[in-house]
Amino acid sequence: MNDTLAGWLQILALAGALALTHRPLGDHLAHCLTNSRHLRPERLVYRAGGVNAGTDQTWAVYLRAMLAFSLVSVLFLYAFLRLQNQLPLSLGTRPMPPDQAFDTAASFVTNTNWQSYSGESALGHLVQMAGLAVQNFVSAAVGIAIVATLIRGFTRQRTDRVGNFWVDLTRITLRVLLPLAFVFAMVLVAAGVIQNFHGAHSVTTIAGQHQSITGGPVASQEAIKELGTNGGGFYNANSAHPLENPTGFTNLAEIYLMLVIPFSLPRTFGTMTGDRRQGHALLAVMALIWAASVAVATANELHSVSSPAGHAAGGMLEGKEQRFGIWGSVLFAVSTTLTSCGAVNSAHDSFSPGGGGLLIFNMMLGEIAPGGTGSGLYGILVLAVVAVFVAGLMVGRTPEYLGKKLGSREMKFASLYILTTPALVLAGSGIAMALPGQRAAMANPGPHGFSEVLYAFTSAANNNGSAFAGLSANTVWYNTALGLVMIFGRFLPMVFVLALAGSLARQRPVPVTAGTLPTHRPQFVGLLTGVILIVVGLTFFPALALGPLAEGLH
Amino acid sequence: MLVRLPPMMRRHLSALRMLLVFTAVTGLAYPLAVTGLAQLAFAHHANGSLIEEHGRPVASALLGQSFALPKRNPADAGEQLRPDPRWFQPRPSAADAGKGAGPYDPLASGASNLGPANQVLVKEVAARRAAVAAFDGVPPESVPADALTASGSGLDPDISPAYAEEQANRVARARGLSPVVVRRLVAARQQGRSLGFLGSPHVNVVELNHALAALH
Repeated sequence: MNDTLAGWLQILALAGALALTHRPLGDHLAHCLTNSRHLRPERLVYRAGGVNAGTDQTWAVYLRAMLAFSLVSVLFLYAFLRLQNQLPLSLGTRPMPPDQAFDTAASFVTNTNWQSYSGESALGHLVQMAGLAVQNFVSAAVGIAIVATLIRGFTRQRTDRVGNFWVDLTRITLRVLLPLAFVFAMVLVAAGVIQNFHGAHSVTTIAGQHQSITGGPVASQEAIKELGTNGGGFYNANSAHPLENPTGFTNLAEIYLMLVIPFSLPRTFGTMTGDRRQGHALLAVMALIWAASVAVATANELHSVSSPAGHAAGGMLEGKEQRFGIWGSVLFAVSTTLTSCGAVNSAHDSFSPGGGGLLIFNMMLGEIAPGGTGSGLYGILVLAVVAVFVAGLMVGRTPEYLGKKLGSREMKFASLYILTTPALVLAGSGIAMALPGQRAAMANPGPHGFSEVLYAFTSAANNNGSAFAGLSANTVWYNTALGLVMIFGRFLPMVFVLALAGSLARQRPVPVTAGTLPTHRPQFVGLLTGVILIVVGLTFFPALALGPLAEGLH
Repeated sequence: MLVRLPPMMRRHLSALRMLLVFTAVTGLAYPLAVTGLAQLAFAHHANGSLIEEHGRPVASALLGQSFALPKRNPADAGEQLRPDPRWFQPRPSAADAGKGAGPYDPLASGASNLGPANQVLVKEVAARRAAVAAFDGVPPESVPADALTASGSGLDPDISPAYAEEQANRVARARGLSPVVVRRLVAARQQGRSLGFLGSPHVNVVELNHALAALH
């Protein structure tokens, strides 16, 4: 079988698997978010946690609970990282320095998993599994909880209640993430991923030299790292590492895992709003952008003469693993930047200008195709609100979406949401480029060096976590700046989404009339795709022109 | 509780208690359960797919190894490593912390991260092409791309079938073996795509060299 046919079959198999599972999983999620019955283990969790699971909260109370949980999580993780040498299974590692511990704690609590450390040399097993991986579960659950409130905003009427944060958090973790992670962790071990508590042990190699073979509870972390679109590798090389991702099969399984919840959530949306077609329209936009991105990036990487290094080597294999090949590397790279995952199975820094530039652009889209767990759907819903508003302006009617009027209050929250990430990305990259010390962190000369900085801030603000990893980001300045960008990039949009949800839930629905814009037809799919591309294109074109575009034209 | 805490304190205390509950469930019970079951059902994989020789592990089948000649001066971290002609050579590796343990050091996994237009990379690739062609006695233009580029992990155990094929004559000559025998070994070790269509065909250099060592 030749590479092209195998590559296409791989994409079709992935699409087929997602198509088969998005309905049951989407409906299961909807059930978890709407059902009123608490399971016995959940009641035990509520009692142990001392929280009131009996009543729904207003958006402000929901927000305070979410922020309290996240703040406590950052502090707990920070302390864990600072004190890891005092704890069991630390493998002789040192405490993480304060700036890096802040960066790492912020990174994992915000579902970003930006890593300025190397797992194999900086961390012990306990802090990885009981510190970082816990946030892989709960930060993913928080994302889904937030989108649940927005959906309830559309489905509920004349109420100030948007849900109960503790109930949403607990149910998503226990009923969805934990069982799926367990099953896929076992699948990964069966296919070769390691799962043990060994430290690095030295062996005398076949050629009579010495090599340290590392251990760790990798499979359990790998499964939730992909499923929760977290992306923080157990080892520095992340999913390129053969102990994290040993075969072509595990590679496809990991891509599937990072896409499965985000691609299922439109179904959840359709089911909860009682109009499945609304979910289909959003799913169509997500799938369209994802497919186009896969096609363009793959074509760029296969076309090796497009870059001097690829031309010299006769193929774009620098930074890519032989067992995955170009197709398996690009499919992973596109999926990880269009979700908020940020796991990598190849070095994005060494991609062709067109391929690497597209990865930055993918994140700039706000990670909505399909996006992170929860954050992808609320991101595209906010853009849908903007699209409906734009259409309303064209015909001079008050816009409405799913029976809810989009007045000035709603549009303010949507606009603030749209503005937050670009402001963080552009201001952050601009400041870094203005400071000589931060410019010096670039590993590559010329426009590609700027792309490294732009990639870093785009990745942090969108909570992606992947990198053009040449950038020396483990400095006090980058650890602090990117840590803050991750926190603002995560929680400011969440505040606006919750406020929007509260505002929508209070409304009485307006009846559908002949003048209502249908939001389930191909026309709306086209409109929404257009709005997404124009908003992002206009915002980021100058920055992209200085980086990947300049490099590609060079 | 005797003292009624202010609401903000109570909220954060509840948040902490919830975090501790989730830490117990997802941070301890979950990985321990996966480890227990993995060690029961798939112990070989769970422990790193180790290859043993006389009861001692010599490699993980998943982690590439260096097959370079011993250094002339072991204390010199900057000394250029020379490939050993008796072994099949893996891809170039960036997994080198510069402390003498690399390349192929699992404590320093990673890529070169050199950009596609970076002249450092372009020159490195050209130098590798000349060196590999001379070492294997083949025309420079026939050297496959995987032999000229560092992998993403720096620990890639695999090379392309074309690169394995290219090395067979040189290995046979260096070991005084018949090229037919070495080629047969390479052919037997060639692995297709997973499930027939996932990933790329490859030859695992660690397993190939282990089999080669057993020929004597």
